[in-house]
Amino acid sequence: MISSLPLLPPFLPLLIGAIAAIVLRGHLRSAIMLLTPIWGALQLTAMEPGLYWTMEFMGYTLEPVRVDKLSMLFGYLFHLAALIAVIYALHLKDTLQHVSGLSYAASAVGAVFAGDLLTLFVFWELLAFTSVFLIWARRTDRAYGAGMRYILIKVLSGVLLLAGAIILIKQTGSARFAEIGLGHEGMMNLGAWLIFIAFGIKCAFPFVHNWLTDAYPEATPTGTIFLASFTTKVAVYALARGFPGTELLVWIGIVMACFPIFYAVIENDFRRVLAYSMINQIGFMVVGVGIGTSLALNGAVAHAFNDVIFKGLLMMTMGAVLHMTGRINGSELGGLYKSMPKTTILCIVGAASISAFPLFSGFVSKSMIMSAAIAEGYDIVWLLLLFAAAGVFHHAGIKIPYFAFFAHDSGIRTTEPPKNMLLAMGIAATICVLIGTFPAHTVYALLPWEATYQPYDITHVLTQLQLLFFSAMAFVWLNLRHLYPPELPSTNLDADWLYRKWAPSFVVPIYAAISGTINKLEVRAKGAIKQLIDHSYDKEKGQPKGYFAQLWPTETMVFWVALLLVGILILYYI
Amino acid sequence: MKNDQQQPDFFDKPENISKILKVFYAICILLVVADFIVHRHIYHAWEQLPAFYAIYGFVGCVVLVLIAKAMRKVLMKKEDYYDQ
Repeated sequence: MISSLPLLPPFLPLLIGAIAAIVLRGHLRSAIMLLTPIWGALQLTAMEPGLYWTMEFMGYTLEPVRVDKLSMLFGYLFHLAALIAVIYALHLKDTLQHVSGLSYAASAVGAVFAGDLLTLFVFWELLAFTSVFLIWARRTDRAYGAGMRYILIKVLSGVLLLAGAIILIKQTGSARFAEIGLGHEGMMNLGAWLIFIAFGIKCAFPFVHNWLTDAYPEATPTGTIFLASFTTKVAVYALARGFPGTELLVWIGIVMACFPIFYAVIENDFRRVLAYSMINQIGFMVVGVGIGTSLALNGAVAHAFNDVIFKGLLMMTMGAVLHMTGRINGSELGGLYKSMPKTTILCIVGAASISAFPLFSGFVSKSMIMSAAIAEGYDIVWLLLLFAAAGVFHHAGIKIPYFAFFAHDSGIRTTEPPKNMLLAMGIAATICVLIGTFPAHTVYALLPWEATYQPYDITHVLTQLQLLFFSAMAFVWLNLRHLYPPELPSTNLDADWLYRKWAPSFVVPIYAAISGTINKLEVRAKGAIKQLIDHSYDKEKGQPKGYFAQLWPTETMVFWVALLLVGILILYYI
Repeated sequence: MKNDQQQPDFFDKPENISKILKVFYAICILLVVADFIVHRHIYHAWEQLPAFYAIYGFVGCVVLVLIAKAMRKVLMKKEDYYDQ
């Protein structure tokens, strides 16, 4: 059936779904929204590697659709993620969220199939503008503010990408998006760095990561699932395509893998804990891209694939908790396993996957990156990645399930979330186990680079279990000793403090001082003009005070004409 | 449903918790013992240390939590800090 349909650009089915969602209502809308990701994915199977719909634009060749193994992997991933997120959001009647979610997924697909920098830029900006509505759809003041900060940072990233792209296209004469790398000469270097920073902002590099931890936890329960799936993974794809083997990325990645776990331990909002843990997981991928061997790059994209599913699953379970109880802070939750046993089990599957337990998806991809690190002699990096792997188990694997579903009973009694939510979580959990158990037939089959890797051997299983069980032992010991930091209602300062408190602390007074001065000057100038008018006009007599102003206009004219004639006469004789 | 709520659940009983913990400790001990029986591949010199992964996991996590706890003294503000 699919083969009889005309071949469309990969992003179009999802976009058609989004447009249909604007006009359709009820079951028809649900059906179309469910069908479009499936239609899109089936279409991908019919596409051969190569370039499609190339065209000339201002003397440059645009390649809006480039199909190769790397773009294909992300293409399938995004359709799968869109399907899961759509199922999770089926109970909603909010047209805004449905339209925005699907068009956001379409932008992500468009971005990974973009063969040239200009097409990439268009989808890069569309990603920002379509997704921000998922944050605003929460319809709270906080969400509005977070959405504004989100869109500002995203637009900045887009502007940098466009500037870099223009420089690169001018310098190389080609618009093609291929390996860029750092360390060029002159203008080319500037262009490469601008693109690198643009990718870095979307990838949540340290100090520009706060759009993620700020905005994702403020979005709607269903919106966060879309958000967590696309933007950062497009950025990882872009880095893998543009900057593979750039050593700087190893060091950036290791910082990303390590610092968020400290924040995750003390953060109270569980969706924000997951946002921090997302940066931690992207850190692993960035390290993989930075190492740049086939194994490392395969590990990076395989981990991106798995992360979308297991992080989505964890976000969905927390979304379900928020949806059913209206609460998401650790300090207010606990004991939910009594009323949400299915959600509890699904959350534990997600936790086991992100922590890389054997037979769960994280196990087969995280270890590829770590093996590559040790093979390339990055000893310190390997040791820190091991620390980050233990840390992620600690906060995402134990803290979230424990404090949400067990710990002390908060007294909250609720029910399981709507069936569609459970189904979406069930699908994601099944995929986590399938990938973890049969990696060779699932995610490994899609990997773009040639490398052989066998995750299951005694050494790897044993060492991983030791690492995880003794990390859990640390949690048990700290808890029994009452050393574990309690969940407290709080805000933890992060780099966003710079632009949310510090910069406003002097920018606002400076702005106030400048606008105050301008106001004062205006008042004085008006006063002076008024004074001038008052001085030159006699109100009592009802006539101006000055000599010339008092004469009739004809007399004045005669005087000035006479003066001019005298002037001309004098000039004539000179 | 009401009856369910009044009866203490499985995890509410301290004896169940201590049973779970005992199983957990037993698994931990077995994993360390296995380290001496199984010949594992050594990719790096540090791994030669017996039970390297167990020690590293435990110490790493304790250090992580204690540092994070100390960070609270500097970083923790009221919940509505940014709303003011």
